[in-house]
Amino acid sequence: MSDATPSRDAIEPVRRPRRWHIAVFLLPALLVYTAVMILPLIETLRLSLFNTVDGEHTFVGLANFKVLFGDARWAADFWNALRNNVVFFAIHMLVQNPIGVALAAMLSIPRLRFAAFYRTAIFLPTLLSFVIVGFIWKLILSPIWGVSPYLMDLVGLKSLFSPWLGKPGSALVAVSLISVWQYVGIPMMLIYAALLSIPDEVIEAAECDGITGWSQFWKIKLPLILPAIGIISILTFVGNFNAFDLIYTVQGALAGPDKSTDILGTLLYRTFFGFQLQLGDRSMGATIATVMFLIILAGVTFYLFVVQRRIRRYQF
Amino acid sequence: MSKARTSLSRTTVVHLALIAYTLISVFPVFLTLINSVKSRNAIFRNPMQLPTAETFDLVGYTTVLGQGDFATYFQNSLIVTVVAIALVLLFGAMAAFALSEYRFRGNTLMGLYLALGIMIPIRLGTVAILQGMVATGLVNTLTALVLVYTAQGIPLAVFILSEFMKTVSDDLKNAGRIDGLSEYAIFFRLVLPLVRPAMATVAVFTMIPIWNDLWFPLILAPSEATKTVTLGAQIFIGQFVTNWNAVLAALSLAIFPVLVLYLLFSRQLIRGITSGAVK
Repeated sequence: MSDATPSRDAIEPVRRPRRWHIAVFLLPALLVYTAVMILPLIETLRLSLFNTVDGEHTFVGLANFKVLFGDARWAADFWNALRNNVVFFAIHMLVQNPIGVALAAMLSIPRLRFAAFYRTAIFLPTLLSFVIVGFIWKLILSPIWGVSPYLMDLVGLKSLFSPWLGKPGSALVAVSLISVWQYVGIPMMLIYAALLSIPDEVIEAAECDGITGWSQFWKIKLPLILPAIGIISILTFVGNFNAFDLIYTVQGALAGPDKSTDILGTLLYRTFFGFQLQLGDRSMGATIATVMFLIILAGVTFYLFVVQRRIRRYQF
Repeated sequence: MSKARTSLSRTTVVHLALIAYTLISVFPVFLTLINSVKSRNAIFRNPMQLPTAETFDLVGYTTVLGQGDFATYFQNSLIVTVVAIALVLLFGAMAAFALSEYRFRGNTLMGLYLALGIMIPIRLGTVAILQGMVATGLVNTLTALVLVYTAQGIPLAVFILSEFMKTVSDDLKNAGRIDGLSEYAIFFRLVLPLVRPAMATVAVFTMIPIWNDLWFPLILAPSEATKTVTLGAQIFIGQFVTNWNAVLAALSLAIFPVLVLYLLFSRQLIRGITSGAVK
C-alpha cells in the first residue's frame, strides 16, 4: 500500500477515501480516555444539578450550590476548606517554588562537584508515597518520640518546640511544609532543565559585559526561565487544589484538629463517602467536585490566556 | 573559554547550602530506616543512635510480615502499575503517531481534546467513575484501577510523545513506504524504536503517581485481595499506630523497593525528566 508521493508533505495522499489506520491508531486511547475520564467528569458535573427529593432523583438546578455556599451546616465546612486550600497553595508558592529555584540555580553552576549526588538526594522524597512521608513526619514531629525537640535543642531553639500537628493554629502550616518537603524536587528539576538549556553564548556574552554572579542570575537567567516558573506555578495550583492523600494520611479523614487542615479534597471524600456518623451524599459530593473543577478550570484558563501570553519567550 | 572565576568562598557557601538541604531531604528516611531495626526501648531512648549489637532487634519486621499480607499488596501494586504503564505507552504512542504523522480533519481539535486531561485531574470525576465501576461490576478488581490509571496517563503521554515523533525524519518513513511497509509497520518498526528515550520519560512520569496513589485504591478497590501497597501500608499503620517497631518496619518495607529502584535508575530517571530541555 505504498503510494509514496515525491513531495515532502506527501503524507496526505490526494485521493484515498478512507485511511482506516488513523482511526485504528487513535481509537484505543480515545476510547479509554473518553469512557473513564471525560464521560465521568461530565456525569459528575451533571449530577451536581440533581438531588434526591422524597426518594426521587430530581433535577434541582443550582439548589445544591446554594446549600453548599449558604446553608449553615455546609457553608462553614466549605468556606473553611476553601480558605485552608488557599493557604495550602500560598505556602507552596512562597516556600516550595523559591527553594526549588534556588536549589536549581546552585546545582546548575558549571563544574560543581557532587551535583549529581545532591540532585539525586534532594529528589528522593518526591518518589515516596504520601503514606510514607505522612507517617515519617508524624513520628518526627511527635512530642512522644522527641526527635524534633532534640534536634532543636542542638541549635538552642528547644523552647520553640510544640506539637505543631496537634494544634489548630499551626497544623495547616505544618502539613503544608511537609508537602513542600516532599515536592520541592519537581520545581528543582524543571528549573534545572530550563537553566541548562540556556545557551553558553548568552552567558558568555553576559560575562563579557561584566555581568556575573547574582546580577547575572537576576538579569539574564531569571527572565529566561520565567516560562518554566509559570508551568511550575500552574502545576502547583492544580496539584494543591485536588490534594487529598497527605492530609488523609497525617490528619485522617476528619482533617483535624478541629478541621483546621480540611481542604477541598478531604471535604469531597468525607461528603461523598461519609465518615463515622455522617452518611455519604452523592449529590453534594458531585457538587463539591464541580466547584473544584471550576476553580481548577479558572486557574488553568488564567494561566493559558493571561500568564502565558504575557511571558516573553526567547528562541535560540 | 574562561568562565568568570568562581571564588572559593562562593563555592563553599553553595556546597554548605546544598549539603544542608540534602540532609533535610534524606534525614527523615534515614531516621526511619535505622530505627526500624532497633528495640522498642532504644527507639525512644536514643532515636538518633545507629543500631548497636544490644539495641538491634527485628521484632518490628516479624510483626509486619506476620500480620499484613504485604506480598499480595506488593503484587497488586506491581500488576496495576506495569499493566497501566504498558497500556499508556502503547495507546499514547499510537494516538501521538496519528496526531503527529497524518493531517486529517479535526486533528487539532483531537489534540486539544486529549490535552484537556493534562490539566484537569481525573479525581474530580470520582463520583461518576465509582458509579460506572459499580454498574459494570468492576469494583474491587485490579481492572478498575488499571482503567483509571490508563485514562489518567494518556493525555501527558500523547502530548510528550507527539512532540518527539515530530522530530522523526520524514525521509525515513517515506523510504519505508517505498519499500512497501504498511503504516502499522512504519509505526511499530521504524518510529517506536526511535522514540524510546521519550517513552522512558513518559513511563517515569506515569509510574510515580500510580504507585503512590491512595485515592483510587481506597475508593475503587479497598478489598483485602486488591489492596495496593500504599493502601495496605496506610491501613496497617493506622491499626498499629502505638506499636512503633511495627510502624517503623512497615515504613521501611514500603520505602525499600522505591529506594533500591531509585538508586539503580536515578541517572536515567533524572536524565528523562530533564531531557525535555537538554536533549
